[in-house]
Amino acid sequence: MNIAFTLNEKPASIEIEPRETLAEVLRLRCRLTGVKISCESQVCGSCTVLVDALPVSGCTYLAYEVRGKCVTTIEGLADEAGCLHPLQQAFLDQFAFQCGFCTPGMILAAKAFLDEKLHDRRDEKAAEPRQITDAEIIEHMNGNLCRCTGYLPILKAIRQAVTQLQRLGEQS
Amino acid sequence: MTAPREFHVVNHSVPRGDGIAKVTGSAMYASDMVVDHMAWAKVLRSPFARAQILSIDALQAKRAPGVIDILTGDTLAGLSPYYGHGVKDHPLLAIGQVRFVGEPVAAVIAEDELAAQEALGEIFVEYGELTPVLDVDSALAQGAPLVHEKDYADGAFRGFNDFPGAAGNICQAVHVEWGDADAALASAAHVVEGEFYFPMVYAYAMEPYVAIADYNPRGRLTVYSSAQHPFMVRHDLASVFGLPLNSVRVIVPYVGGGYGSKSYTKIEPLVAACSWKAGRPVKLQLSVEEAFLTTRGDDARVRIRTAVDAQGRLVARQATIHMNTGAYAENSPMVCRKASNRIIGPYRIPNVKIDCLAVYTNTVPASSYRGLGAAQVTFPGESQMEELAEKLGCDPVEFRLQNLAESGESIHPGMRPIDADVPGDVREAARLLHAGRPLAPGHGRSVCCSCSDAGAHPVTLAMVQVYADGSVSVLSGSTEIGQGSHTVLAQIAAEEMGIPFEKVRLVGGDTAVTLFERSTGASRTTTLMGRAVLEACREAIAQCKTMAADVWGVPAELLIEERGGVRCADTRLTWFEILERYFQMEGCSIIGRAYLRKAGDLDLIPVFWEIGVVGAEIALDRETGKISLDTLVTIGDVGLAINPAMTEGQDLGAATMGLGAGLFEELIYDGQQLINGTMLEYRVPRFSDLAPNIRMKLVQNRDGVGPYGAKGGGEGAVNPISPCMANALYQATGARIRTLPLTPERVWKALQCVKSQQVKTKAPAGA
Repeated sequence: MNIAFTLNEKPASIEIEPRETLAEVLRLRCRLTGVKISCESQVCGSCTVLVDALPVSGCTYLAYEVRGKCVTTIEGLADEAGCLHPLQQAFLDQFAFQCGFCTPGMILAAKAFLDEKLHDRRDEKAAEPRQITDAEIIEHMNGNLCRCTGYLPILKAIRQAVTQLQRLGEQS
Repeated sequence: MTAPREFHVVNHSVPRGDGIAKVTGSAMYASDMVVDHMAWAKVLRSPFARAQILSIDALQAKRAPGVIDILTGDTLAGLSPYYGHGVKDHPLLAIGQVRFVGEPVAAVIAEDELAAQEALGEIFVEYGELTPVLDVDSALAQGAPLVHEKDYADGAFRGFNDFPGAAGNICQAVHVEWGDADAALASAAHVVEGEFYFPMVYAYAMEPYVAIADYNPRGRLTVYSSAQHPFMVRHDLASVFGLPLNSVRVIVPYVGGGYGSKSYTKIEPLVAACSWKAGRPVKLQLSVEEAFLTTRGDDARVRIRTAVDAQGRLVARQATIHMNTGAYAENSPMVCRKASNRIIGPYRIPNVKIDCLAVYTNTVPASSYRGLGAAQVTFPGESQMEELAEKLGCDPVEFRLQNLAESGESIHPGMRPIDADVPGDVREAARLLHAGRPLAPGHGRSVCCSCSDAGAHPVTLAMVQVYADGSVSVLSGSTEIGQGSHTVLAQIAAEEMGIPFEKVRLVGGDTAVTLFERSTGASRTTTLMGRAVLEACREAIAQCKTMAADVWGVPAELLIEERGGVRCADTRLTWFEILERYFQMEGCSIIGRAYLRKAGDLDLIPVFWEIGVVGAEIALDRETGKISLDTLVTIGDVGLAINPAMTEGQDLGAATMGLGAGLFEELIYDGQQLINGTMLEYRVPRFSDLAPNIRMKLVQNRDGVGPYGAKGGGEGAVNPISPCMANALYQATGARIRTLPLTPERVWKALQCVKSQQVKTKAPAGA
């Protein structure tokens, strides 16, 4: 069957088998291998991609379900000129990865969280600016496993990105 | 100690060389790779722990759609199908017999993964079930069935095949002894005795085992793999296929985690045999569930006695260690040997007697796991240090300080003296842990340490290629498994050549391109490969100096070396200008090389002592028995941190891995069957396990044999954390637990025991 959707802000039309998962289609048919597969049971988060800005586990999400939707993978985060997203830069700056296998999923899960939280904050301009606490970050990121870092560098990277995105938000 | 020196690139936290690739998703791992005309394999696994294979009927599977061929143990004629670097006991597919649930019995090679998977159900295997041996005690019992009924050839690596032949189900026996432990124990002021258990653990490298093999009938074999030790894999493949080393090429792109679990040969011979059979390149991607059935850590039961005199000096340690090695030796003989050394800790103990057995059982083969035998024995050793301190009525940190070896002191006869400031490390850990804070109710604290003979066997060869345009390539056989070798080695080359970090490129992960490096493990890369890269740079510089003397027509003695080049009177040339002038041609390059071997200051084993010093404060929920980590302190005694941020990252990562085995990680067998071999059921540390307070400190005394006095790190902090938590629990509650992990259930039960004993001891007084 053929599915049409938006992939990293570009229209995509792909021939798939109905049984194929989103992770399989992205990795094998689109060759977007930044999508990683590990536990295949929605535990580890390494296959996290964004579908209409929400994080999903590509390993257990049928590709069929993305018809007409917007899919974002790690390959779609840096801009055309190769300028890194603030989260990518923060992961670099804070040494927030070692082997790097969890990193695409980590960054995308964090992006979904920050987009939602910072968006909330912009909507409530009149109210007190809401801080994003460590506890909130940890709660949101608890579905993404990392076996290398011990998580603290990832927490620091997300904090750094929050600060930078808030600054950008204030400027805009 | 080396003279102070100003560093330009090393000892700075430069961003990782593999960073951009890893944050943009462009980093290629073996699991991401495809090659032209590639077929896929899937593996049929044994449902029995011990059985004879009576027959395999694969005719129907072979006719299934998309299937190219089937590989079974009786279709391997022409190959030498047993491999193993210590002992060649491991067939690439079960031959005649299966030895654990999950052992590969047949492989289907098909046009795609699904076709291969579906055809597995069309293979019919008739088994003759045999009584398995499922634990160490039954494997050692009189008349126990033998996991292996024949002797195998030794693995051929020099420095490996020194494992004495053992009998029955004993895979390896190690005896370490000095002084007279029995006499010292008999006359000691205080003796503590106990039996401890460290669980079976799974490393969970997030990228499961994967390989692509391309066997060319003209006698060439190329394998892409997630292996940590490509040269070891090359050796085993050459042996299986009877090929010369120059005809086997092992390529390792980025690796999604290793932690020891990807040491040595895993699925590569099987995948290569699939390609040999099918006449096509073949990819085999294991699932995590299959990885659970491929390698695990050795679980260990340790019966141990430690004794002190009335003044609080350690006088003896005696221990019997039984390690459950599983169905094949893999690296367990080395784990057994190392555990026997590492149980001493960093202490001076005049009388020692250690017996360690690695025992075959019909379970998943055990092998290297971060720390290599140290975590298993540090838990009992450091638990007993705390018990002795209590008997002596003294502070456990002070008791340790009284017995810790000083730098330069020898604790193992015939081995390298201690090359670290362990007393200083422990003092610093205690200071950072307590920090003048009172202890809250339900909290407990402890500082523990470990001491590992690290670096493995020092054979490390490296090249640097110096280009006339000012760039340099480092050709290194070390694998980038996330530990940051590609960054650290480039930093060292940049430092030596006097050029910016960005001018250095790492070339590695290909046995056809780089020289031999024995392994990427035992925390050796910074120390050994780092030093080889440094020496290779120095050799290239020496060549440049000779060329400069030629260019200028002056004797070499008149040249003065300056950072990045050479001066003669008022004229200065960079290394690169020298090359241009010497060759009178653009685009030239020269090679500097270094061959490290067990000689000179690398003759004494170990290459260095890897010290683990950790402090922990736990918070206990008495209602549920759940322990969480409130404060974590790590001390990295690393000589010199080539990249401080990455070095601290190793300490935190190792401590977190240790936390897993300490609190919740354990593979559980129910009879023959591993029952929690999925990530739904095997719990590893998560974000929410992060300690709210983390204090990390690097100690840099430049006291190692590595570059600029550096030593390795990354495995120290994994070892002491579980005894830290067990000791802290004792401090908080009076419950002494000698079995890991410290699950809520186990802790809760121990708390009830303490409570009932308190009631009992109170009862007579009230009666």
